[in-house]
Amino acid sequence: MKRNIVIIGGGIAGMEAARALLDLGHTPILVEASKMLGGHVAFWHRLFPDMSSAKNLVGRLETEIAGSRILLNTKVLSLNRLADGYSLKLSNGSVVNASVLLISTGFSLFDARKKEEYGYGIYDRVITNSDLEAWFSGKRDARVPDNPESVGFVHCVGSRDLKACNAQCSKVCCATAIKQAIELKECFPYAKVYCFYMDLRFFGKKYEDFYINAQRDYGIRFIRGRVSEVGETIDGRLQLKAEDTLSGKPLKVQLDLLVLMSGIVKNDSIRELADMAGIETDSDGFLRSIDNEYAVIESNRPGIFYAGACTGPKTVPETVAEARSAALAIHSYLEKL
Amino acid sequence: MLCKMIYEGKQKIWSEYQKDIPDDKWYYVRSCIRQNFFPASEKMFTEITRNVLGKDIYETPHHTTCGGIAYHCDTIPQETAMTIVARQFALMTEAGYENYCPSCITSFGNYAEILETWRQYPELEAKIRENLWKACRREFEKPRHLAHSSDLIYHWRNEIAAKARHKLVNAGTGEPLRIVEHIGCHYAKMFPSKGVGGAEYPYVLAGMIESWGGQVVDYPERRHCCGYGFRQYHVKANRSYSLSNTYKKFESMEPFHPDAIVTNCPGCPYFLDRWQYVIAEQMGKTYGENGFGIPVLTYEEMAGLVLGYDPWDLGLQLHQVAVEPLLDKMGVKYDPSAKYLGLNCEDIMRPELPGSIKCF
Repeated sequence: MKRNIVIIGGGIAGMEAARALLDLGHTPILVEASKMLGGHVAFWHRLFPDMSSAKNLVGRLETEIAGSRILLNTKVLSLNRLADGYSLKLSNGSVVNASVLLISTGFSLFDARKKEEYGYGIYDRVITNSDLEAWFSGKRDARVPDNPESVGFVHCVGSRDLKACNAQCSKVCCATAIKQAIELKECFPYAKVYCFYMDLRFFGKKYEDFYINAQRDYGIRFIRGRVSEVGETIDGRLQLKAEDTLSGKPLKVQLDLLVLMSGIVKNDSIRELADMAGIETDSDGFLRSIDNEYAVIESNRPGIFYAGACTGPKTVPETVAEARSAALAIHSYLEKL
Repeated sequence: MLCKMIYEGKQKIWSEYQKDIPDDKWYYVRSCIRQNFFPASEKMFTEITRNVLGKDIYETPHHTTCGGIAYHCDTIPQETAMTIVARQFALMTEAGYENYCPSCITSFGNYAEILETWRQYPELEAKIRENLWKACRREFEKPRHLAHSSDLIYHWRNEIAAKARHKLVNAGTGEPLRIVEHIGCHYAKMFPSKGVGGAEYPYVLAGMIESWGGQVVDYPERRHCCGYGFRQYHVKANRSYSLSNTYKKFESMEPFHPDAIVTNCPGCPYFLDRWQYVIAEQMGKTYGENGFGIPVLTYEEMAGLVLGYDPWDLGLQLHQVAVEPLLDKMGVKYDPSAKYLGLNCEDIMRPELPGSIKCF
């Protein structure tokens, strides 16, 4: 069999893996279901903690993987296991045999409408982190007022939430909320910005500095307490009720905009792909690695590797590092065949 | 809808919280307290369902309390409440019915909680069956369907609308009346899937209001408890907390100028009605037009007005807040001099009227 490498998923994990594989002398086939590369990052404005441009990252990767075979608007319809690899039937009508599959299908964002008490899709002034990124990128959104006096961010929307059937921490939301709060303060310096959180998880390099800057330099107010409900006042503002668990008091604030930090959940299509490939999913619905310490990029099937958020929530640097690691593992796997 | 809410968003949520409500053959159980608070409401339920809609609604004088008030006040353990409920189910079984309809919201919540507990812990259900047998030699089948009586009126709302003599419309201006809907906490806050429309944006009363021509008022404290909350009111030292909750709701709904409030719980209409007098006495503040309060109706009373029943036959003279401004807006004819006449026009004297809130 020709030693094809098929990468399923053209987000930054798939793109970075393709780039690294090209460097190692391979010509991977990158299969992407949507019409463009870049995944969620392509729709993001800036990345934390350096506030670098997400568009630049995706653009650079696109240039660097020009030598690989890229199939956009293409889905995997079926996947058969062969003695020495895999046969994929694609939605463009072609059949591709591959020695190695790299799964980099990423994640889905939690549907914020499921947290009915926050009023997404009910109240005009409630948006999600994804909506706000689109607005930062220049997309017009009538829900974002011209000159808001006060804005709230709700952390952990659909994350660490057993009622929403998502026990996992989404990992990136705390830092994303701060990044977005800072960007919003840069747009509206006089707005009061509140972040409602359960607890703050700033584990990465410079994340803690980012948090301190948000308080010290931007005056962003952090309130430890979950939001209980959101209502709408007669003039169309939002009334938010929460408990400040540090002061032990209930509080009520009126806002002009509420941003819900929708969490990272498993990709909706992952189960079907896992069944076809004979790989396992974990209790959280993400793909199961051989282990979570030493072999996160390895599946239970020979020749199937993982990169990025298909195995769980990941930051951009983690995703990129994992993609490079997967590329090296694939190279080494093929060398041994 | 008043406000700028996205109606389609609500409709999507409502579509996900629909329940199967059989069209006929219901075993009906009354509330412990509703007949004292709003004495014609339950009678009007049987009147409308049996005589106007022609439904089979069965009730027996042998049923008791469900134990819900005592359970929520922490005076009896849940196993006792369960055994009481088991006896209620036994009466339903003996009468040959499978669909159970309580009039009380707390009962509805109590039944829902017990049925769910038995589903999760079948050994507990077996123990309760044994308790019931030892206590009164009775056996029972669990209801095939459980619905609150407001669910049934919701289910038949369009049939009622088709027979309506009055709409929830200002007869003078043709504008829809602005109605606040208040749902009892035990209706869906414990089990959102058991209520029509769920817990956050319940549709059970909103559906009636829309069907009968009114406009639902969505105000910020819509979900907030009426203030009754058993441990609040029944513990005397906590009564000011009860009142402050009600006050919070009225302050929140005031800018929307509601024409009426409709409720589906025994306690809510009582406290939303009576506390308006107390607020007027303590703070000199009234929330209706021209010194009146905002009339508070049960859904049966509202259905009765829509169907053209005499307001005094609906027991509206027993409300603290005068209902006449609402009757006038709806174009309902009534005899002011008959307001406080008893059965067969017997003179039962007039109550002393407060000075702080306008009443007739």
